[in-house]
Amino acid sequence: MEQKPIIETVELTKKYNGQAAVDNLSFTVHEGEIFGFLGPNGAGKTTTLLMLMGLTEPSSGKARVLGVDPSREPIRVKGMIGYLPENMGFYRDLNAWQTLRYIAELNGLLPGVADERIESALRMVGLIKEAEKKVGAYSRGMRQRLGIAEVLVKEPRVAFLDEPTLGLDPDTTNRMIGLIERLCKEKNMTVLLSSHFLHQVQKICHRVGIMISGQMVAQGHMKELAEEMPETKDGYSLEEIYMKYFREE
Amino acid sequence: MHGIITIFKKELSDHFSSYRFLLLFALIAMVSMVTVYMAGLTITKELEGVAKPKFVFLMLFTSSGVGFSLTQFVAFFGPLIGLILGFDTINREKNEGTLSKLLSQPIYRDAVINGKFLAGAAVIAIITVSIVLLISGLGLIMVGVIPGIEEVWRIFIYLIISIVYISFWLGAAILFSILFRSVATSALAALAVWIFFSFFVPLGANAVANALTPDAGESDPDAVIKRAQIGKALSLTSPMELYTDSTATIIDPMRRTTRSFIQVGMMEQLSMARFSGPLSLGQSVLVVLPYIISLIAVTAICFAISYIVFMRQEIRSL
Ligand SMILES: Nc1ncnc2c1ncn2[C@@H]1O[C@H](COP(=O)(O)OP(=O)(O)OP(=O)(O)O)[C@@H](O)[C@H]1O
Ligand SMILES: [Mg+2]
Repeated sequence: MEQKPIIETVELTKKYNGQAAVDNLSFTVHEGEIFGFLGPNGAGKTTTLLMLMGLTEPSSGKARVLGVDPSREPIRVKGMIGYLPENMGFYRDLNAWQTLRYIAELNGLLPGVADERIESALRMVGLIKEAEKKVGAYSRGMRQRLGIAEVLVKEPRVAFLDEPTLGLDPDTTNRMIGLIERLCKEKNMTVLLSSHFLHQVQKICHRVGIMISGQMVAQGHMKELAEEMPETKDGYSLEEIYMKYFREE
Repeated sequence: MHGIITIFKKELSDHFSSYRFLLLFALIAMVSMVTVYMAGLTITKELEGVAKPKFVFLMLFTSSGVGFSLTQFVAFFGPLIGLILGFDTINREKNEGTLSKLLSQPIYRDAVINGKFLAGAAVIAIITVSIVLLISGLGLIMVGVIPGIEEVWRIFIYLIISIVYISFWLGAAILFSILFRSVATSALAALAVWIFFSFFVPLGANAVANALTPDAGESDPDAVIKRAQIGKALSLTSPMELYTDSTATIIDPMRRTTRSFIQVGMMEQLSMARFSGPLSLGQSVLVVLPYIISLIAVTAICFAISYIVFMRQEIRSL
């Protein structure tokens, strides 16, 4: 599985007013992998995602997504990435179907293809019954689901999910996690997932990276990270590992 | 390209389903109908038993029924249409968090501005065309004359200029919606600019011209001309002035006086020709062409600033 690098950064740095939000970040994500992106608030996770999509200019360093430089060819990169923003907004007067239709059209999908994908996306996130309801009347969790559906409609090769399970009920959370896993396996989708729910990350992520103050302090498989722990014991939880690095800072 | 078209379609349908559009249209339709109705009454009364002058139909647009004519109304309140349609274009999407989503799709940033501007311009075109058709119908019934080919052409050109003029204000409003994050602030700023150009520029132009030519009087005709020239040149910085001057020549070819008649220079001959009869259509177009180009130029400047500011804005501050 770990052959083809899909996301690569080399000493990626972003400074806001002289302060580094992302500091010399280098990491690689391979094809079909689910990479868990962890770190306290303000660590620079969202900033990194934005730079990988060409939505924010890096101060220095290099990034490649599917071999394309996002700051040079943002349109190409954005066409291949499905992005779930951390606080997404919706057009309140459109219903779910219209919202997804708009996204599909912006991605240049033909109406026939779009309709099929929209329907299956709505089924997958469980919004098919509420598809005709205006988004303004949606609950928090329903909006989150619609956001995930927006990613699904694109059938992207790479997905950037910033807090995908925030506000979802436990049942839906499990279903979404299962969905992400399935898409990675079946469609060979690569996922970069930022989350604070460590037990979920532990469940689905193949590898994790822990980011603190703009720097990646640790990355690798759960097993590798567990080996770095002071005592050797079986079954370290991700939470224990995370807390160790967090305390060290 | 699909980006612009998609955004255009969405914005257009948003406009048409909004109360804002409905109210705007109703208000303008009402005022225009009343104005033209009153103008029609005046015209029919004046023309009773008199030989019909050449451009009766155009008089519907230029004679004042209720204190102002339709052209004056558009010159003065047309900007508000553009401003109302555009003042929250970008910042509303910022505030609702939809802009970053939009920009994470594979479209160019300028497609957002262009698509939204074109949708607004289309709405403006639809409003103006339907209003003109409406009042033409009303005028036909009231005055009972069918417009000649030349009059139809003049009305058509008048329409084009009006659409460009109102679209300029739309462009300005979109610029404010990029510059200011708060919708209320951008509305206020747009209103301030409108007031500045409608009230202060004409007043200020005269004041400055008077100050610069203190010795103008009956004894010094050169200075009088100079004063008029300075005043004219300064007032032409106002899009409203550009619009008024250009439409006046197009829609009112019989005009015997024009504020610019004292002005000498390239227009001199044409101005003189006015005294002998109506300007021909070709001549009228020639006179207004520079004004139209200037209007388009200021719109382009608005756009250039919008692009520069919008392209550079950090997505995080959006
Ligand atoms: N527009 C901005 N101007 C200045 N500093 C900013 C701006 N946006 C973000 N930052 C700073 O960049 C740093 C990284 O922020 P970022 O949003 O990437 O954190 P995060 O890891 O996503 O946090 P969270 O878990 O809360 O989502 C923070 O210190 C933040 O204050
Ligand atoms: Mg974040």
